[in-house]
Amino acid sequence: MTSLPRSTDKRLGLAIDLDTCVGCHACAVSCKEWNSGGSGTPLADVDAYGAAPSGAWLNRVHTFEITPPVGAAEIVHFPKSCLHCDDAPCVTVCPTGASYKRGEDGIVLVDEALCIGCGLCAWACPYGAREMDPVEKVMKKCTLCVDRIYNQTIPEIDRVPACVRACPTGARHFGDFADPDSSVSKLSAARGGLALMPDLGTGPVNRYLPPRDTRRTQTATVDPPPPAETSATGFLGWLDAALERLG
Amino acid sequence: MHPAISVIFFTVTSGAGFGAMTVIGLGFPLDGSRLRILILCLAACGLAVAGLIASTFHLGHPERAWRALSQWRSSWLSREGVAAIATLVLFFAYGLIWMTTGTRLAWLGALSATGAVFTVFATSMIYAQLKTVPQWNTGLTPAIYLGFSAATGWLVVAGLGDAEAPAPAGLALVVFAWVLKLAWWRQSARARLSDIGASPETATGLGFRGRVRLLESPHTGDNYLTREMVHRIGRKHAGTLRRLALLLGCVLPLGLLAAIVVLDAPSAFMLGPAGVMMAGLFLERWLFFAEAEHTVSLYYGHR
Amino acid sequence: MTMRHATPDLSTPVSDEIRQTTCYMCACRCGIDVHLKNGRINYIEGNRAHPINKGVLCAKGSAGIMQQYSPARLKKPLLRTGERGSGEFREIGWDEALARAAGWLDDVRQTDPKKLAFFTGRDQSQSLTSWWAQQFGTPNYAAHGGFCSVNMAAAGIYTIGGAFWEFGAPDWDRTELHIMFGVAEDHDSNPIKIGLGKLKARGVKLIGINPVRTGYNAIADEWLAITPGTDGLLILSLVHVLLKTGKIDLDYLIRYTNAPWLVIDDPAAADHGLFARDGEGRPLVADRRTGIVVATDERSVKVALSGSFRLADGRSARPVFEGLAAKYLTPEYSPEAVADRTCIEPATIRRLAAEIADAAFERELVVHQPWTDMKGERHETMVGRPVTFHAMRGISAHSNGFQTCRALHLLQILIGSIDCPGGFRFKPPYPRPVAGQPRPHGGSQKCTPLMGPHLGYPRGPEDLLLEEDGITPQRIDKAFSWDAPLSAHGLMHMVISNAHARDPYGIEVLFLYMSNMAWNSSMNTSEVMRMLTDKNEDGGYVIPKIIYSDTYSSEMVAFADLILPDTTYLERHDAISLLDRPISDPDAMCDSIRWPVVAPDRDVRGFQSVLLDLGARIGLPGMADPDGRPVYRDYADYIVSHQRKPGIGPLAGWRGADGSKTGRGEPNPEQIRRYIENGGFFELHVPEEARYFKHSNRAWQDWAVAHGLQEGPMENVFQLYLEPMRRFQLAAEGKLTPQPPDSHRNRIRSAFDPLPVWYPPFADTDSAEVDFPLHAITQRPAAMYHSWGSQNLWLRQIHGTAPLFVPGAVCDAHGLSDGDWALLTSSNGQIRVPVARMDALNGSTVWTWNAIGKRKGAWALDPAARETEQGFLINHLIAELLPAKGDGLRWSNSDPVTGQAAWFDLRVSIRRDPDQSLAVSLPRTGSQVSPVGQGPATVTSSGDLTR
Ligand SMILES: Nc1nc2c(c(=O)[nH]1)N[C@H]1C(S)=C(S)[C@@H](COP(=O)(O)OP(=O)(O)OC[C@H]3O[C@@H](n4cnc5c(=O)[nH]c(N)nc54)[C@H](O)[C@@H]3O)O[C@H]1N2
Ligand SMILES: Nc1nc2c(c(=O)[nH]1)N[C@H]1C(S)=C(S)[C@@H](COP(=O)(O)OP(=O)(O)OC[C@H]3O[C@@H](n4cnc5c(=O)[nH]c(N)nc54)[C@H](O)[C@@H]3O)O[C@H]1N2
Ligand code: SF4
Ligand code: SF4
Ligand code: SF4
Ligand code: SF4
Ligand code: SF4
Ligand SMILES: [Mo]
Repeated sequence: MTSLPRSTDKRLGLAIDLDTCVGCHACAVSCKEWNSGGSGTPLADVDAYGAAPSGAWLNRVHTFEITPPVGAAEIVHFPKSCLHCDDAPCVTVCPTGASYKRGEDGIVLVDEALCIGCGLCAWACPYGAREMDPVEKVMKKCTLCVDRIYNQTIPEIDRVPACVRACPTGARHFGDFADPDSSVSKLSAARGGLALMPDLGTGPVNRYLPPRDTRRTQTATVDPPPPAETSATGFLGWLDAALERLG
Repeated sequence: MHPAISVIFFTVTSGAGFGAMTVIGLGFPLDGSRLRILILCLAACGLAVAGLIASTFHLGHPERAWRALSQWRSSWLSREGVAAIATLVLFFAYGLIWMTTGTRLAWLGALSATGAVFTVFATSMIYAQLKTVPQWNTGLTPAIYLGFSAATGWLVVAGLGDAEAPAPAGLALVVFAWVLKLAWWRQSARARLSDIGASPETATGLGFRGRVRLLESPHTGDNYLTREMVHRIGRKHAGTLRRLALLLGCVLPLGLLAAIVVLDAPSAFMLGPAGVMMAGLFLERWLFFAEAEHTVSLYYGHR
Repeated sequence: MTMRHATPDLSTPVSDEIRQTTCYMCACRCGIDVHLKNGRINYIEGNRAHPINKGVLCAKGSAGIMQQYSPARLKKPLLRTGERGSGEFREIGWDEALARAAGWLDDVRQTDPKKLAFFTGRDQSQSLTSWWAQQFGTPNYAAHGGFCSVNMAAAGIYTIGGAFWEFGAPDWDRTELHIMFGVAEDHDSNPIKIGLGKLKARGVKLIGINPVRTGYNAIADEWLAITPGTDGLLILSLVHVLLKTGKIDLDYLIRYTNAPWLVIDDPAAADHGLFARDGEGRPLVADRRTGIVVATDERSVKVALSGSFRLADGRSARPVFEGLAAKYLTPEYSPEAVADRTCIEPATIRRLAAEIADAAFERELVVHQPWTDMKGERHETMVGRPVTFHAMRGISAHSNGFQTCRALHLLQILIGSIDCPGGFRFKPPYPRPVAGQPRPHGGSQKCTPLMGPHLGYPRGPEDLLLEEDGITPQRIDKAFSWDAPLSAHGLMHMVISNAHARDPYGIEVLFLYMSNMAWNSSMNTSEVMRMLTDKNEDGGYVIPKIIYSDTYSSEMVAFADLILPDTTYLERHDAISLLDRPISDPDAMCDSIRWPVVAPDRDVRGFQSVLLDLGARIGLPGMADPDGRPVYRDYADYIVSHQRKPGIGPLAGWRGADGSKTGRGEPNPEQIRRYIENGGFFELHVPEEARYFKHSNRAWQDWAVAHGLQEGPMENVFQLYLEPMRRFQLAAEGKLTPQPPDSHRNRIRSAFDPLPVWYPPFADTDSAEVDFPLHAITQRPAAMYHSWGSQNLWLRQIHGTAPLFVPGAVCDAHGLSDGDWALLTSSNGQIRVPVARMDALNGSTVWTWNAIGKRKGAWALDPAARETEQGFLINHLIAELLPAKGDGLRWSNSDPVTGQAAWFDLRVSIRRDPDQSLAVSLPRTGSQVSPVGQGPATVTSSGDLTR
């Protein structure tokens, strides 16, 4: 039933590194592709070649401009998909049980056969991680590529989310946040991973690794002092000395 | 939020329908002519059912609507469905027994009234439970739904009933409902995303680096999320509509009721104020959605 | 009650079959695994084993499936029935199409071959197309390089024998500091992204120097919002500081560069400023202890880097380095002097120099790998200077681009960070210095092939392609003429305007391949469309016949007379050859293929096969045997059996009858099968000893020769001082022949400085500063490829339109807010565009995403599509000629050295359109009938456009 599991054995999710993401949309498109060719009904697009094309996507990359009190503005690319929340409101509001959270790994899914397309779960999600398919009229969302990560028919090494496998900069990390020793847990701890809007009590699993502080215009990591200017004897004097030192 | 006609129609009419059931179930004074009972019960159920049917137009898969009954333990939407059906059954039995035997079983009436009230409450909770829409996320939301349900229900019953003059209780209901709504409006003005400190900075968690502004949205066109949850309406526009809602939903009905009292017009005239008030409520409900801000909009350039 | 959920299906395979080939959603050429289900493409993912992308895939690559099933695909050969530009065609059969094309081509070949201009876009089979044009005998052939980034390529080859582009790469795993000048996506898209990921993982500092902060620059640890066109100043100022502070690698300069070479100091003489040479032409150096002048390859000498030395003939000469130091130590390059123009604080420039010095010299890197240099000296270790740079069109697409790119290489060389551990590394077959590069070849004899390749690297004025008068260009694009002497990639952007102006002459047939010349690849798009449709008195078109090969219904299709529909990249054979643009890794020589992983469902043919067919029909030598029969069945046959030189062919892998040979070896009929078995590519690792200092590494030279990468060993001395440039100056000074016309003398004297210089971009005139205060530039969006992305329904959702991004202060000054429509004006015209505010942007710069705007009717899109209604091209504002200067001439808007199109010199002014009523961009460019109809309304699964 759509009451949430009290706790889940694993807490699978993504750590997305905003300091590395160049906003290339590769994750979004590979997600669209996998979820159109893989299992489950495809993600449809309407008015495809028309004036206002629009389709269902499970991952979208926003671009924000951040203006600090001092210094130059910076740009942060912000990929957004389901955060597989511990206390997923999208699950509890669902009247049919189509929307559910798995006890074994915490993945939040929609059973399309049960979904009546009421849209309430999308209203309940603070992050805009659910989209109604314009043709199938059922709710679509990031499955954390459940049909990849456990898929016996694809090579072990490829059993990771499509977006993670595609990401050219390696800004997306997949793993178990329940395990403190997992790569994602460590990364998140080391980089102060952010949970989105925690005050809403959704308990997001995904973490966003914020831009590093080095990313401040005009403030370099290390400022070695400029080397001593060459002596008064002038450059040629220095040159002769230097050449002699070379031998 | 996107004001969907089907949902607006649903909440207003079924509210009136279940309100009527409540009023009848609680023993609104009526002479027991079979015809009148029939008309009254049909009207009440009719409004409720019409609303429920309308609500299915909002579904992607109406043919699977029955599945919505399964999750009553966790989902207000599911509870509403179950409660609605249960109430209809109880009220139907109540009406039938009354019509056939002429005896009006108070306990059954009370029971269906309770069901009706709970149904409307459940409907309101579908919205009131959403933390994502702070303006809805308040106890006042159930209050206004119940208030309007009772008021419209009462007007309908009184209009179809045979009492000489509107009982002051009825007038009070209408006034009371609107007092609640004014209170709701006051609080919603203080519960905008910006008021509760929600902003692109908090939504992205990047406020510590500076002021956050959407430069490019993910796609150049709109999408389901923006259509559904990033509906924008100008404050001026909203103001005008509110005044109109108030006029149709409150001032006119009360005026008409007063006129009816003064002219001592037959009770049937009260269907007038009932109709006008519901018209006003359609506007009120449209604004309920249109003015509501969803946290998703923070990711799409809203602040 | 408990709920049972349909468990996701985890046991049915993703696909029935995986076919591995090479992506061509862009020129990066990543390896892809194409999953097929019931004969249809089901999913495309990156090939983990591939040297380029190591398994990752970009947005375009993943969207390839939607390109494959794009409704804009041409279906059959087309013959124009309406007016040019109308898009009215009649479908014809291949026999008719080929017969016509062959007829047109043969007439030209029989009479005057130069009347054929054959130009190709981002063509990945240039070794075939150039050979074809050579056999045809027209001098008029080139690919897109001239409007792309030839400044970068030419500056690199002339200076270090390699270049940025994808011909080299930073040592991502070892560098300690990475600095990017003017890069948005680059051709090496995925490798750069992978590399940046590595830097981030290692916490290495990344500095982005770019007027705009997006993409790669968005993740830069430090971003410098430089003023467009001023990078040369910044770089030379860094050189100034490094020299002043003695932070240069003298040992490296002495060993690997011409710093010690003696330059003749005899102002009156015809060889003033050329290198002093001995009898055998060997450059001379001086011994700083004895003052004796000897040939460079004397090992014993302790070379001098300064002083005046007496040559055998009694004249005096000075080392290159002395002049170099003198030039850059002058105050004009001090941080204070350049700060205002570049918009970068003097303190910042000093710190930047300090950080470069710190990484290069304090964090010196030592790899314990013995090796032997070209002078025969044995080294026990490889010493690295872990500072890397990358640059692309941001510095090259300016009229001072060649010198700026040279300046950047100068900087790299001074700190000794070229092809050393942690530095910029050559990818095989590079390095390839000018000595190993061809000279340009021209001529136009009936039915006679050219003597050699069209494109090459002139050593001096004598190598220009001029008529007897020593002035008139031989080529229609005026490449290798006084307008653009070192135009190593040709000047595709000048072809249409020159042909229209019949300057230097008119042509009969314009044959284009894979380039949307009527649209985004032309400067002055509206004008170009007019030229293509312009008629003579006799009613015939000024450019009489246009043959074009495209795969999709582009704008250019509508402006051609005969359309040869090509296959998609998943339907044809291709060779990504070492003879063209390599896909190598610095540690391995690599090449790859494409092969038909799906069969075309339309009556289309691979262009290369069609080209060979045409060649055979008109009897081109090498394509038709003596009895006129085709030599090659198709392109696949050519790929395996064609030999450029005995043993050398398009593909290096599995040569020799039994496939046992690499690089050199007789053709192997099974070669393509072997490539397919290996995942579509070939990779051979460079021996450890040969991996660094390739420019002077004996082991590398031997390996390169053994594997057919070069003919013989050649030392590659980095050319700080570029003698060919001096030779052009001498011509301008009247001391060498041929000599430029008087009109060109000054410009050549100043632009051809043999040492890198900076001069303002030609558009930055004083009047421009007043009338057009803003710089206007474009950027590549990562998720869109020029004009071809818009037919892709996934990519067009991401970039369906693009605003002009305007600095906040400029918005405030002009009362502009997001979504407003503004009028953008240049000396060439005005366009109407939607604007968006942006603060992470140089204060005097506006920019937009490149090539998003589309013409009504193109790409199988609804005529009301956003791309046509709100989308726009900034190209309308860019003229291929500069405004008249009153000298009676119209100079081309390009680099005076290479002729590279100066896209980013554009100056504009902006104001809010008083009339905000319409939400359409201007100019409207008319509309074309779609020969393929319009795409479907709903699409419900990859590739399935009909369900
Ligand atoms: N303002 C501005 N203008 C620019 C630039 C800029 O930075 N700013 N950049 C310039 C540069 S560097 C370049 S390279 C040009 C690029 O401009 P173009 O060379 O015009 O590149 P595309 O728009 O990709 O057009 C290539 C054409 O090839 C077709 N095509 C695609 N695949 C195939 C195929 O497999 N076979 C065949 N036969 N045809 C195919 C496409 O349909 C399209 O019509 O634009 C230049 N124009
Ligand atoms: N996704 C995608 N990838 C592509 C292409 C594509 O269309 N889409 N096109 C391919 C082609 S044909 C090419 S040629 C390459 C080009 O690769 P890039 O050179 O990366 O392409 P541009 O977008 O022209 O990048 C120009 C960059 O220089 C900056 N710039 C402009 N003027 C100046 C200046 O004066 N100084 C500095 N420092 N920066 C400046 C611009 O802001 C921009 O960031 O990309 C290739 N890769
Ligand atoms: S693929 Fe990686 S780099 Fe690109 S947008 Fe997604 S997360 Fe960012
Ligand atoms: S992100 Fe939204 S959809 Fe995903 S689990 Fe949380 S609430 Fe549900
Ligand atoms: S849309 Fe589907 S999944 Fe979402 S709440 Fe309604 S029934 Fe449940
Ligand atoms: S995990 Fe899978 S479904 Fe979720 S965003 Fe990534 S690719 Fe899409
Ligand atoms: S960069 Fe993207 S489009 Fe270009 S070849 Fe690689 S995968 Fe294909
Ligand atoms: Mo290019």
